[in-house]
Amino acid sequence: MPDTLLFAMEAALNGLTAGIMYALVALGFVLIFKASGIFNFSQGVMALFAALTLVGFQQGQVPFAHLINAIFGTRVHHFGWNLPTLLAIPATVGVMVVFAWAVERFVLRHLVNQKPIILFMATIGLAYFLEGLGDLMWGAEVKRLDVGIPQGMSGAVDDLTFGLFGYGFYMDTLDLYAMVIAALLVAVLVLFSQYTKEGRALRAVADDHQAALSVGISLRFIWVLTWSIAGIVALVAGIMWGAKSGVQFSLSLIALKALPVLILGGFTSIPGAIVGGLIIGVGEKLFDFFMQPIVGGATENWFAYMLALVFLLFRPQGLFGEKIIERV
Amino acid sequence: MFDTRPDPQSTAETLLSVNNIEVIYNHVILVLKGVSLHVPKGGITALLGGNGAGKSTTLKAISGLLASERGDITKGSITYRGENVASLSPSDLVRKGVIQVMEGRHCFEHLTVEENLLTGAYTRRDGRKSVADELDLVYTYFPRLKERRKSQAGYTSGGEQQMTAIGRALMSRPEMILLDEPSMGLAPQLVEQIFEIVQRLNEEQGVTFLLAEQNTNVALRFAHTGYILENGRVVMEGSAQALRENPDVKEFYLGMSDKGRRSFRDVRSYRRRKRWLA
Repeated sequence: MPDTLLFAMEAALNGLTAGIMYALVALGFVLIFKASGIFNFSQGVMALFAALTLVGFQQGQVPFAHLINAIFGTRVHHFGWNLPTLLAIPATVGVMVVFAWAVERFVLRHLVNQKPIILFMATIGLAYFLEGLGDLMWGAEVKRLDVGIPQGMSGAVDDLTFGLFGYGFYMDTLDLYAMVIAALLVAVLVLFSQYTKEGRALRAVADDHQAALSVGISLRFIWVLTWSIAGIVALVAGIMWGAKSGVQFSLSLIALKALPVLILGGFTSIPGAIVGGLIIGVGEKLFDFFMQPIVGGATENWFAYMLALVFLLFRPQGLFGEKIIERV
Repeated sequence: MFDTRPDPQSTAETLLSVNNIEVIYNHVILVLKGVSLHVPKGGITALLGGNGAGKSTTLKAISGLLASERGDITKGSITYRGENVASLSPSDLVRKGVIQVMEGRHCFEHLTVEENLLTGAYTRRDGRKSVADELDLVYTYFPRLKERRKSQAGYTSGGEQQMTAIGRALMSRPEMILLDEPSMGLAPQLVEQIFEIVQRLNEEQGVTFLLAEQNTNVALRFAHTGYILENGRVVMEGSAQALRENPDVKEFYLGMSDKGRRSFRDVRSYRRRKRWLA
């Protein structure tokens, strides 16, 4: 096999794993958009906040330590114990559920029947609030997140591909785990929405708010539920990205990478988010691989947006999205 | 004005009373200007009137759906089994046995027919088995739905969607169904069929119906009692038979007249009389 093809295959494979990560972030957007018609600008910050909270719990940090110290003149910072990851993750999920409840109680409830743009503005506010809250609770320094997933080159992939092609592909073990976990998460989400009563109610609300109300489905409960699920998806994305490059403010910018994924896959489609993520992941790696000799690289930063632009011109509803129909 | 022979329903207890309610949308638009009505238990009550008369608003005021459309009940009260229900949420009312089938069907388009029906059982807490029994019951009344149970509701016909919407309401095991404009956009034959099923449900399952309808003719044939709304007020009420025989109703709503066909020359006096009625 020619070397170029092998290198391209390796690039594509790494693109797939990157694409899964994009898909994870996009998934959170799609869930909330479907259930409440809100484009949740704060999804990226939710991932950051979830990751910060997880690290905080793991390291036994005192929440709001700076605030407490400033007010009471104390010098608390850590409880002095470490929470095992298996306990810290459920605790973080708990925090995300409380956050979802608070969003419904203090924001969404007061904006029922408002225009989408107003709800969108509210989520921008929410993003800044949550960013500040994360800093205030856990501090602004860069943190290392270790949930026990091994990192570094995967020996198994290397051996396997070396045996097959005589050339070992480089793949990060973390990416492999991320792929499996993301696949599991999507499978659980699909099972939940297809085969449970609450999942059915969720899809009903996505179809028709009024009719859902009329059969006795409580929109408030469904909103708390979707924001909780989006919080959990954000946590998973936060763990994967955080483990890769540390937990810091830039983590919240992954939301920007999700945007072209959404445009590609359609805002209302869960399979769209996944396929869109994969296409963008593979596309940007391959494009970079083939264009590098010509333009000298650094195409990864803009390729996704260019692809999204092309889609906006020719298929604005995305690959799987419904045609946008203005409802009165 | 018209004969007031006691109809068979007048002796039955009142299940729901609406007492002089006023409804305002968006704090400015006055839609109902004091509507009162009484729905006897076990009967079919028709709420008649033209476009914008306030039929749908009355039903939404009862079912609690008004709040989500920025409407408010500013005066009056609504009692169901003697209990004030004006401030309850739709899901509370569904639990108490009052459910609305909305105008224009409002099926969940991306869900299958069967999933649509199952969402109707959302508030029930009595287990899978009894929900499955209810589903069988719905299928005996709507055999057509059983054939289409795996199809996406968005791709079924208007009649099938109306059946799905009624079946979905039945799944909550209601005491009373508020049926908004079941004839809308359906062929006359289908309208007849839907009303026959409504009648059977009323007689065999004891479901009380309050239905809003523009099709006065059909509604008065199947209902026991009726109310006529105009401009947010009740202008006439009585047994269905009395309403059917009332000359004004005949003329304005049923399109019949003792004097035979009217010519355009009479239109002006027609308008004047109609305005007087309102």
